[in-house]
Amino acid sequence: MSKEHLNIDHVSIEFDTPKGKFKALDNVSLKISKGEFVSLIGHSGCGKSTVLNIIAGLLQATEGGIVLDGKEVNEPGPERAVVFQNHSLLPWLTAYENVELAVKQVFKRKKSKKEMREWIEHNLALVHMEHAMHKRPDEISGGMKQRVGIARALAMEPTVLLMDEPFGALDALTRSHLQDSLMEIQRDLKNTVVMITHDVDEAVLLSDRIVMMTNGPAASIGDILEVDLPRPRERLVLADDAHYNHLRAEVLRFLHERHSKPDVPTIGKVQEVEQVGAAEKAEKDNKLDAA
Amino acid sequence: MMARVSQTLENLNWTAPIVRMARGENPREQINVIIRGLGVPILAFILFLGVWDSVASRIQTSLGAVPGPAQVWQQAESLWEEHKAGREKAEAFYERQRVRNEKKLAKNPDAKIKWRDYNGPPSFIDQIVTSLYTVFAGFALAVAIAVPVGIICGLSNTMYTAVNPLIQIFKPVSPLAWLPIVTIIVSAVYVSDDPMFEKSFVTSAITVTLCCMWPTLVNTIVGVSGIDKDLINVSQVLRLSWFTKVRKVVLPSAVPLIFTGMRLSLGVGWMVLIAAEMLAQNPGLGKFVWDEFQNGSSNSLGRIMVAVFTIGLIGFILDRLMLSIQRYVSWDKSSAVR
Ligand SMILES: Nc1ncnc2c1ncn2[C@@H]1O[C@H](COP(=O)(O)OP(=O)(O)OP(=O)(O)O)[C@@H](O)[C@H]1O
Ligand SMILES: [Mg+2]
Repeated sequence: MSKEHLNIDHVSIEFDTPKGKFKALDNVSLKISKGEFVSLIGHSGCGKSTVLNIIAGLLQATEGGIVLDGKEVNEPGPERAVVFQNHSLLPWLTAYENVELAVKQVFKRKKSKKEMREWIEHNLALVHMEHAMHKRPDEISGGMKQRVGIARALAMEPTVLLMDEPFGALDALTRSHLQDSLMEIQRDLKNTVVMITHDVDEAVLLSDRIVMMTNGPAASIGDILEVDLPRPRERLVLADDAHYNHLRAEVLRFLHERHSKPDVPTIGKVQEVEQVGAAEKAEKDNKLDAA
Repeated sequence: MMARVSQTLENLNWTAPIVRMARGENPREQINVIIRGLGVPILAFILFLGVWDSVASRIQTSLGAVPGPAQVWQQAESLWEEHKAGREKAEAFYERQRVRNEKKLAKNPDAKIKWRDYNGPPSFIDQIVTSLYTVFAGFALAVAIAVPVGIICGLSNTMYTAVNPLIQIFKPVSPLAWLPIVTIIVSAVYVSDDPMFEKSFVTSAITVTLCCMWPTLVNTIVGVSGIDKDLINVSQVLRLSWFTKVRKVVLPSAVPLIFTGMRLSLGVGWMVLIAAEMLAQNPGLGKFVWDEFQNGSSNSLGRIMVAVFTIGLIGFILDRLMLSIQRYVSWDKSSAVR
């Protein structure tokens, strides 16, 4: 696994506002390897969506840039499919037609009509939506809409799947169902995923790495937490797992400390966290050796 | 299909309970609803007729007393009779012509035959048809201009800033101000030996266009620029071409508002047309009113009132028609359309 699959390279962005320039991101750097699942977590308004939109090409970085498989990208494209926070399905099209719009655009001339139909149906089946494919967004529930949004993104066969709080607006039960579906899909398809979340459990359960962002303005990456829990992960088993709970606490601690004392220099803390993480890892390795 | 018809009927307020009763839903309650929905308006209308009747007979004008409902109804009937008589005359005229031509052909198969059009005075019904035809022509032209321009302005901020002042300035201009300009320009520009349309028709239609395109234009701009930013993002991620984006994303999302605008436009167009026809002496209902006004016979007031009711009724029907189309094409069934 090379770390050079997706490279967020020293990205800064300034917005023009009526009150002058507003620097939202300052020097965000992150290397993501193929098939990795990365979560972005941080306080509201810190710039998570902005990072995601820059990767998607919907926003242009003022400094730095995005390199995907060795090529710089600066415009949107279906190889970086986005699942938007509020599903963004076209309300006048059925679930099937919404996915079809994407499939027709991406696989123009590459797939026959029949192949396209099968591909659309296959993707809707992946998110368990085959029973309601011909319903329009206003006829299905919020969770179902979000699934169709995921199916649409998956149907583009993206190299990188970008998700902006995909389950944010859902109730806990639906959310956990969708998280399980997403883990299953990612295990099979091995997409690279960058997901924004507010939910600490979700981040720890799903991710290989959790990227914690500092508060804005001029937000950057505060800390990165490796989640070395073995896969497949079972939420019920993990609930009692000491290491899982430790990782959870780690993220919570980061969020709370940044929240209450946003101006405290953070270098020391980060190192401390890293040391704890390292100790933890060593312990784990020992266990593995013993086994 | 049946389901759709009954759905449409249900949308008309008072027909809903009848439809439901036909489906066998709780008859007694439905009758109550019908009485409230249909009975109250009918009662109000009867009251209106009563007030009109008693007030009208007290006002004396140079043309006699103001006609009450009964006299107006009489005039409506006589207008219908006149129309039928005119039709018969025309048919007789064509019949005579046919017989004459056949005789000619029988005598000499190479004879040249001439067909002459009947040139009798247009009846009230003819005027209605002319007016409807003109308003639809003007309206269609207005939509054909306003929707594309609206889409371009809605998508581009620069275009919007460029066009907005023009819209604001021209929107409130009365048809009476446009008419002389349009008349003069049409007579200067629209010259041909064998014109496809009458000049008067072109003038009226263009005046209608100029006055009624604004609601459609403004609503299209609002609809297009108000499109959900996320949907634009989706179309960018998919790399849709400009044209596909407009066709698949922008237009459908703006359709409910575009149709709201078109409905307003048709209403404005109908109002404007009557005024334009009156002032320009172009054929149509407006000219009918003006002719009766000039005529000044004892029947004139009654006939004008028939025209007033006709204009109102047609305006109402046009509005309902647009509303049904709007409901049919709009994906946003929740947007309350009244
Ligand atoms: N187009 C813009 N113009 C000006 N400022 C912007 C723009 N987009 C975002 N910002 C600012 O950048 C900062 C980061 O916004 P962003 O939407 O990325 O936050 P976020 O972390 O996604 O928040 P949330 O968790 O609430 O979604 C905010 O302060 C916001 O006001
Ligand atoms: Mg956000």
